[in-house]
Amino acid sequence: MNDKNKIIAGLVIFFLAVLFPFWFNLIFGAADASTAPETELTDKAKKAETCIAETEDMRTEHMQILDQWRDTVVRDGQRTYVAEDGKEYEPSLSNTCMDCHSNKEKFCDRCHNYASVDPYCWDCHTYPEETE
Amino acid sequence: MNVAYLYSLIAVVVLGLIAYAGVEAAGLDVFFGVIIPYLALIVFLIGFANKILDWTKSAVPFKIPTTGGQQKSLSWIRQNKFDSPYTTGQVVVRMILEILLFRSLFRNSRVGFGKGQHIAYKWVVWLWLFAILFHYSFFVVVLRHLRFFAEPVPFFVNFLEKIDGMLQILLPNLFLSGVLLLGGALLLLLRRVLLPKMAYISRPADYFPLFLIIGIAVTGLMMRYLDKVDVVRVKELTMGLATLQPGIPEGGISGLFYVHLFFVSILVAYIPFSKLMHMGGVFLSPTRNQANNTRAKRHVNPWNYPVKTHTYEEYEDEFRDKMKEAGLPVEKE
Repeated sequence: MNDKNKIIAGLVIFFLAVLFPFWFNLIFGAADASTAPETELTDKAKKAETCIAETEDMRTEHMQILDQWRDTVVRDGQRTYVAEDGKEYEPSLSNTCMDCHSNKEKFCDRCHNYASVDPYCWDCHTYPEETE
Repeated sequence: MNVAYLYSLIAVVVLGLIAYAGVEAAGLDVFFGVIIPYLALIVFLIGFANKILDWTKSAVPFKIPTTGGQQKSLSWIRQNKFDSPYTTGQVVVRMILEILLFRSLFRNSRVGFGKGQHIAYKWVVWLWLFAILFHYSFFVVVLRHLRFFAEPVPFFVNFLEKIDGMLQILLPNLFLSGVLLLGGALLLLLRRVLLPKMAYISRPADYFPLFLIIGIAVTGLMMRYLDKVDVVRVKELTMGLATLQPGIPEGGISGLFYVHLFFVSILVAYIPFSKLMHMGGVFLSPTRNQANNTRAKRHVNPWNYPVKTHTYEEYEDEFRDKMKEAGLPVEKE
């Protein structure tokens, strides 16, 4: 039947689309894409040893903490944040977070880019220019 | 209580528990994170090709396009080109409209009594609405997941994420498609459960994929907004799968992720053997992909056997002499 070739052509196109990740990564992908990029800690961050919460929690919850901070500061004017361990911090992305993590490109961006996350923090916040 | 959906619901819940317990209690990370997804993909590819090739072999005895408009006729009667296509080009347009816009669902109507005893036909749009909501949000969700399976992430995925998250509510940024997918699947489920006639004709095979997709959507939304998993580790695992260097990332991922992955694997492997095969079947449905041109072109049934005929000309050739002898008129001398 003359439709057989058309159907098989359609099937091949469909399979190519389904298998997109395999050939895309083979052609365009980086060599070690299955290992996440390392984040670099600044000396100040290393010295502090702990962030405002455990590292595991910070990995998954930092965006919600920031969201919460934004609301409590902007809407309630509350400018102290008490961490789980009782320590007090000023809820501020620029002054608290980026005081230690001043290397946005080597800290924030590495994971965000890897996971294709494009946070709108820096639509408003400026970040310190990084020097070579 | 309808056992048809109870069976399906129980099946999905049990499958979820198997994956969760398998990873959290038995430590079968590699089994659920690497072996099952690859197996599912292989089953899908072979099963899908098998089904399509099987359909390719089946005969098309009749020309049976279902039409919804005036067929090609005399030059002063206007033809409805896309509801009663005559050429291959018109069929292609009709197919594209059907596949992208679900026009045949849009035409859905319900029969009932209008005023008094008059039969009335009412246009019912709900199935179309739920279906288009569900299919397109599912499509967007699947495309967005390419961010886990491609490094660098392709530009169209970033573009899609921008549009999908344009409301900028919640953090992590709310993707509309995820919520719409869950909503669409729930509406399709409620339709089957609440409408008595729909419930009557619904089998476990109708409910199972719906519950499975609802399960996928719920676990997906949970991982993003509630009981969050570490997205970077998830990408390490999925990139391992996509680059054929599978492995379980250091530190592990929570059981919820494996439930999600197991549900998706089951769905993918289930497609070729179920009603979900309509994703391939819609292209091959003879009531849609044929031209309504039987008056101009003869459609030959492929399984017609050669019929032995004996035409009048052959009859005359055989008996001409005898016919002449008997004085019967003949056409050829």
